[in-house]
Amino acid sequence: MIAFDNVSVRYPRATSDALDRVSLATTRGTITAIVGPNGSGKSTVVRSLIRRVPLRDGRITIGGQPLSDLSGPDFARRVAVVTQREDLTFPVLVSDYVALGRFPHLGVWHAAGPADESAITAAMGTAGVDELASRRVDMLSGGEWQRVRLARALAQGGDVLVLDEPTAFLDVGHEMAVFELLERLARDGQTVLLVSHELNLVARFASHMVLLDHGRVVADGRPVDVMEAGVLERVYQWPVSIVADPIDGTPTLVLKRSR
Amino acid sequence: MTPTRWLLLALTVVGVSILAIAVGTIPVPISAIWDAVRGTGDTQLTYVVRALRLPRVVMASLVGVGLGMSGAALQGTMRNPLAEPYLLGVSGGAAVGAVLGQAAGVGGVFLPLAAFAGAIVAVLAAFVVAHAAGARGDPRVLLMAGVVVGAFANAAIMVILANAEPNTVRNALWWMMGSVGEAAWPQIAVLLGYILIGGGALVALGREIDVLALGEEAAAGLGLNVDTAIRRVFFVASLLAAATVAAAGLVGFVGLVVPHIARALGLRKHRPLLLASALVGATLVVSADLLGRVLRPPAELPLGAVTALVGVPFFLAKLRRLT
Repeated sequence: MIAFDNVSVRYPRATSDALDRVSLATTRGTITAIVGPNGSGKSTVVRSLIRRVPLRDGRITIGGQPLSDLSGPDFARRVAVVTQREDLTFPVLVSDYVALGRFPHLGVWHAAGPADESAITAAMGTAGVDELASRRVDMLSGGEWQRVRLARALAQGGDVLVLDEPTAFLDVGHEMAVFELLERLARDGQTVLLVSHELNLVARFASHMVLLDHGRVVADGRPVDVMEAGVLERVYQWPVSIVADPIDGTPTLVLKRSR
Repeated sequence: MTPTRWLLLALTVVGVSILAIAVGTIPVPISAIWDAVRGTGDTQLTYVVRALRLPRVVMASLVGVGLGMSGAALQGTMRNPLAEPYLLGVSGGAAVGAVLGQAAGVGGVFLPLAAFAGAIVAVLAAFVVAHAAGARGDPRVLLMAGVVVGAFANAAIMVILANAEPNTVRNALWWMMGSVGEAAWPQIAVLLGYILIGGGALVALGREIDVLALGEEAAAGLGLNVDTAIRRVFFVASLLAAATVAAAGLVGFVGLVVPHIARALGLRKHRPLLLASALVGATLVVSADLLGRVLRPPAELPLGAVTALVGVPFFLAKLRRLT
């Protein structure tokens, strides 16, 4: 669905590329995870998708169509993006917030119709936030807010979900809940691309991992291929070992003491 | 907000307007207002209402509508509760235009044109400064560029006034403190045109402002061309503010306070918020002008000073709630 083909990105006034000839591809119905240390270019992948940074080289395609050929609303009807942070200075009601997911369909002039209403209701049901509808978004817990943001993305009605650190600031239970929800969405046909620091959760849920370091892809493949102690030690600059998870055998990262 | 509350809000505007027409050195009985408006009543009252108070009230309410809507749009777009039209350099630019105009002997209907030209030049300057700074669509940079342009304009005013005639200085000061005391129908017609076009455009952009209020990245994710959308809102909001400044001078605090009052009524989405800000703004400026006339008759307090005096306690109360 989403494919990066030798994409290079450089921020204005930067001396090196934030993404250096990055190629990656997602598969329908699966979770693809981008991992890597801070500053490795993970969020730049998301930013280049939503065209907040211009490409220096290479190209991005969505379902085979070049991103540059898609209008903003065309893109947002197919791909929903949940960015890393979002602080609302003037908080709105959850129902109004989720309804903004229909903006790419309505634009400025069209009034919301039955199709929009049912998309909103379905999205809130899937994300499990129906009961929060009349709450203000600033009154939600971290876990609730993250699910509400996911509901807004689902209301966009596309078949690709892009999430930048969807479990940042969440406790372990809420982290698992978000990942299981993403797994369910993938099983229902969504293509999920996510950026995460949670290597072990990603290894368990994603079918494909892309490891970035200094804007370059240093490992790419199934979790068993990417979760390799030597590579991770070099990239994260910390001694690690990989063990098999006692429950399902997925490769699991264990951090060692530095001495 | 329920239809009843909307009706109450609209009735408040009508109520204070009637009061503002009735109260003054020559009181007009409320029962005589309609006859006076139609020109069928007592000659003196008819003159007072038609030539003095009605234009004044209409002008004050239009100024309130323009500043209130402009402030609501800018606060949402910039996601900043302190944003207001004057921060964009509009006020400074308009003042430079007006003061230069006065110093050059321009008067009457041409003075607002000079102010308007100054305001537009200032807004364009703020855009150019922001563009030179290289930040695409970052509302904070635009805001700072506006502050810079405003500071430059204030310095320019002082330089111009330092060598001006005392009479020019007094006129300029009076204008900078805001007034609807010399409201006349031709000016009102021009202002009404701007309010209808600019206000209508902002309401149309309301949904885009809702999306912009989520932040630039989230808005871009929803398919909005963020840079263009921000510029569009800024330009229309500045135009509205410039039109009010050209007509009535600098009426401070309205663009800042009014959106907060409208939000306190429970409005969050920008289309209703903009409409409510229009009504609240009209109420505030008409009341402030009335207060300025009746507090120390026969002297009139400057409108901008009264709106600030009303606005400050409100803002303090809001600050208390925040801390």
